[in-house]
Amino acid sequence: MKQRYERPLIRKLNAGPLNKFGSRSEAQAVTHVDGAAVEDLLAEFGSPLFVLSEKQLRRNYQQAVRAFRTRYPRVQFAWSYKTNYLNAVCRVFHQEGAWAEVVSGFEYQKALLNGVPGPQILFNGPGKSRAELQLAAENDSVIHLDHFDELYELLGLAEGLARRPRVAVRVNLDAGVYPQWDRFGFNLENGQAWNAISRIVASGRLELVGLHCHIGTFMLSTKPYGVAAQKLADLAWSCLTQLNTPIQYLDLGGGFPSTNTLKGAYLPGTDTAPSLDEFAEVIADTLHRAGFRPEELPLLILEAGRVLVDDAGYLLGTVLATKRLADGRRATILDFGVNLLFTSFWYDHRISPAGEFSHHTEDTVLFGPMCMNIDQLRESVNLPLLNRGDQVVVHKVGAYNMTQWMQFISLRPAIVLLDAQGRPHRIRQAETVEYLQQLEEVPGHLLPAAVAPTRPATAE
Amino acid sequence: MKLRKNIATSETGFIFNPATGDSFAANGLATEILQLLKQDRSPADIKTHLLNRYDVEPRQLEKDWDDLVAQLRDFQLLD
Ligand SMILES: Cc1ncc(COP(=O)(O)O)c(C=O)c1O
Repeated sequence: MKQRYERPLIRKLNAGPLNKFGSRSEAQAVTHVDGAAVEDLLAEFGSPLFVLSEKQLRRNYQQAVRAFRTRYPRVQFAWSYKTNYLNAVCRVFHQEGAWAEVVSGFEYQKALLNGVPGPQILFNGPGKSRAELQLAAENDSVIHLDHFDELYELLGLAEGLARRPRVAVRVNLDAGVYPQWDRFGFNLENGQAWNAISRIVASGRLELVGLHCHIGTFMLSTKPYGVAAQKLADLAWSCLTQLNTPIQYLDLGGGFPSTNTLKGAYLPGTDTAPSLDEFAEVIADTLHRAGFRPEELPLLILEAGRVLVDDAGYLLGTVLATKRLADGRRATILDFGVNLLFTSFWYDHRISPAGEFSHHTEDTVLFGPMCMNIDQLRESVNLPLLNRGDQVVVHKVGAYNMTQWMQFISLRPAIVLLDAQGRPHRIRQAETVEYLQQLEEVPGHLLPAAVAPTRPATAE
Repeated sequence: MKLRKNIATSETGFIFNPATGDSFAANGLATEILQLLKQDRSPADIKTHLLNRYDVEPRQLEKDWDDLVAQLRDFQLLD
């Protein structure tokens, strides 16, 4: 029998300073996801393929709820649809007890279609149309007001409604996070938020039920949440004492980091991201000290996105080619690129070979299959010697990729959910040419002519 | 094609070029190829030997061979 082949490798040993990229190999074979063989999944559903673990989704949700409920008595999570609005994913979270947090009419419709009761949908976002506001009001959802134009639009609408629309005010505030996210909602420090609140209460036409903020994303410090919780609690106190309006809930948004590694970070995300317990501790501690009587404690709403779904998602794919670049670097071309892995602009995603390999590794650039210069997944990663046809697993891709992916140059692949027993269920079909052609229309004058065009005369 | 005379290669895959002071690490197959080159075996001869010994398509070996040679040249290990 012939021996196993591994292509020849020769690597220059550098005596210079430690190479930040090449120092740590990610080369550990990952042949299964939740007990399902990568090879089988790709054979059945095609390559590339997104895979979600239902077990991990539920575990994440339950851990998050536990982190907050063990510290604060009244907690409600609202699933941030934009993070991953596949119906199957949303339904897992809704089954676990999550409300829906949506930021567009489209997401609002998805929440309704997923069976979320109107009052359990929180409608955020700067771009709600009049018709969308009306629908949300009629369904008794909470409209999170973003700007004065929206407030006045809703006040106008409310005149013709049988029931007062329920609203919350989105507040942006200085929590020590810079650059400050001040483009959403009403600013606290310059009095805008108080102005909006006063108008809402004075109008008598809207019911103010909540205060909301979302201070940033992938926050690597817990402190700003303490500041934000304190400022929202103070604002709620003012509502009660000055306007005689008790606030039912404080919504602290999302922004909790997953354990991905940010691009350019020296340490892996698993070492740097505070846990949800640490965030919960700061928030709960602040609210307990804010002066509410126990029976008056407002409901704490959280719109955690990426931390609940990122590590439940995998992208499986195949090596298309390896080549050497002009400067001698190794390059590996995969069958998925930034079109599917949007988050590779933020993260150095961990990527593992799906087969067994020797201990020899090399540094390689990872490119996608787009014929575009931007299509680079990793600038340098240390991997075993991959060949055409080898399969790989990208980790922690559950957040934002399956919503921000682009239909660009190629079609988007299927998505599979592995249930608690590790059985695969397709939850989104791979796109087809017919599916995309459906939306296009060709004007009559570009359709084939009844008479073949005459050939232009050529000079004799 | 010839490996430079004074290049030191060990069986464990450590390679040293006294002319430049550079050192290199090679995996099993690269080490084997370097040893065979040192014995002045011709490329065609070495490739036939490898095809008999390893589970690899000629096409793949050809591609990897060319890549290795380019690297050896780049690292100034060839005459
Ligand atoms: C209003 C709102 N809530 C929640 C989220 C979820 O954020 P994350 O995924 O950082 O938890 C976002 C994301 O941008 C958001 O805009």
